[in-house]
Amino acid sequence: MAEHAHKLEIFRGLIKFKSNTQKIIGVLLLLSIVTLVEVVLGIYKPEVFNQYFLNLKLLNWIFIILTIVKAYYITWDFMHMRDETSILRRVVVWTAVFLILYLTFILIQEGGYIFDEFYDDSNFIKTDF
Amino acid sequence: MGTTVSTTSKEKLWEGGNKPLNASYGKMMMWFFIVSDALTFSGFIVSYGFARFKYANSWPIADEVFTHVPFIHGKELPMIYVAFMTFVLIMSSVTMVLAVDAGHKMKKSKVTFYMFLTIIGGIIFVGSQAWEWATFIKGDYGAVKTKGGNILQFLDSETSKRISVDDFAFSFASTRDKHDKFNGIWYRDEGTLPIYSVEEVIAGMESSPNIVIRTQALDEKGHKTILSREKSLEVLKTTGVSVVNGANLIENEYGAPLFANFFFFITGFHGFHVFSGIVLNIIIFFNVIIGTYEKRKSYEMVEKVGLYWHFVDLVWVFVFTFFYLV
Repeated sequence: MAEHAHKLEIFRGLIKFKSNTQKIIGVLLLLSIVTLVEVVLGIYKPEVFNQYFLNLKLLNWIFIILTIVKAYYITWDFMHMRDETSILRRVVVWTAVFLILYLTFILIQEGGYIFDEFYDDSNFIKTDF
Repeated sequence: MGTTVSTTSKEKLWEGGNKPLNASYGKMMMWFFIVSDALTFSGFIVSYGFARFKYANSWPIADEVFTHVPFIHGKELPMIYVAFMTFVLIMSSVTMVLAVDAGHKMKKSKVTFYMFLTIIGGIIFVGSQAWEWATFIKGDYGAVKTKGGNILQFLDSETSKRISVDDFAFSFASTRDKHDKFNGIWYRDEGTLPIYSVEEVIAGMESSPNIVIRTQALDEKGHKTILSREKSLEVLKTTGVSVVNGANLIENEYGAPLFANFFFFITGFHGFHVFSGIVLNIIIFFNVIIGTYEKRKSYEMVEKVGLYWHFVDLVWVFVFTFFYLV
């Protein structure tokens, strides 16, 4: 079974599992905890996180970062990205990351611009009449 | 001709069976597909973000829209059911990865068992999504649409809780019949008329003094604006056009029509992916049972559908964040 050897450590080697099954359960626990944190934050929406950072609420930054954490573990451990060659990993991840960041930047920027134009007091567009 | 070409098996580059990047052809193609599909989904989610930034001061708050849990009536439980759906999908991802693991060890009965659990998880998820759609389309409180296409919702001024239009609107003898093909112009048709007309809502509101109107406009803290009693009546009388119940592609009682459109489109597209994932899983499940991969001495096919299945889970993680949390 040499060709199916799995890398069994997560958190850069902080936690090393004894078998692949154990690793799967470990990752499941991690994903569940992260989801639970998201849900609790989503229900109670603590006031502390209501301040803005880079035009986005702190709470929303937390959600986005936790989502990326979850995405990382799903790709790396469930989709076995950890066991692929590093070049395959880079080809898949960086292509997607680059294009998605580009797309996000353009559309979000444009959405904000349209919002400013729409609801500027000096314009003639009204949705209330 | 001193030079000869040595044809050891290592250099048969063009005769197939090669594994560039140490991944087999099928797995590589699955990764190709996943990257392109990821870009499609990110296109959808980012355009949702575009619409949201464009309507930054009036977008519906998802917490107030998705508050239902099956078999529990009359309680507002935001997030609970979606959290359950997320958990179901993560669990079915886990059983899938356990099936792949059992496949590596060539344990047929374990693969069968875990594939079965995966399929069940997928079916529960799609069923939940169908229920969520049905609840969303049906709506709960009803609202009034204005001339400008904005939505006015009704609140109890004492408790600040939503009030259903059914609870206070009067019911006059119907003022107008539905225009059908057989009783009007034969080539024209119209959808179902709302149960109440705006006049009935106005009359109902005048007779119950505790009702005020909430508009979609958000204040600095992200709460919807609640109008005073006089202002509420004035706004309703001057701008109200029609009563909206639930959601469709043209209007919805929660706010911006685009919200419902994106909801149907993104969760629908994702649900379709889950559905096709279930179909693929079932095919592979039966192949496992009849021993196809046992004969092939490799369970790689399970790994390939596994990749797809995890990808569906991955997409849901993002849909969950951007639709229900942010």
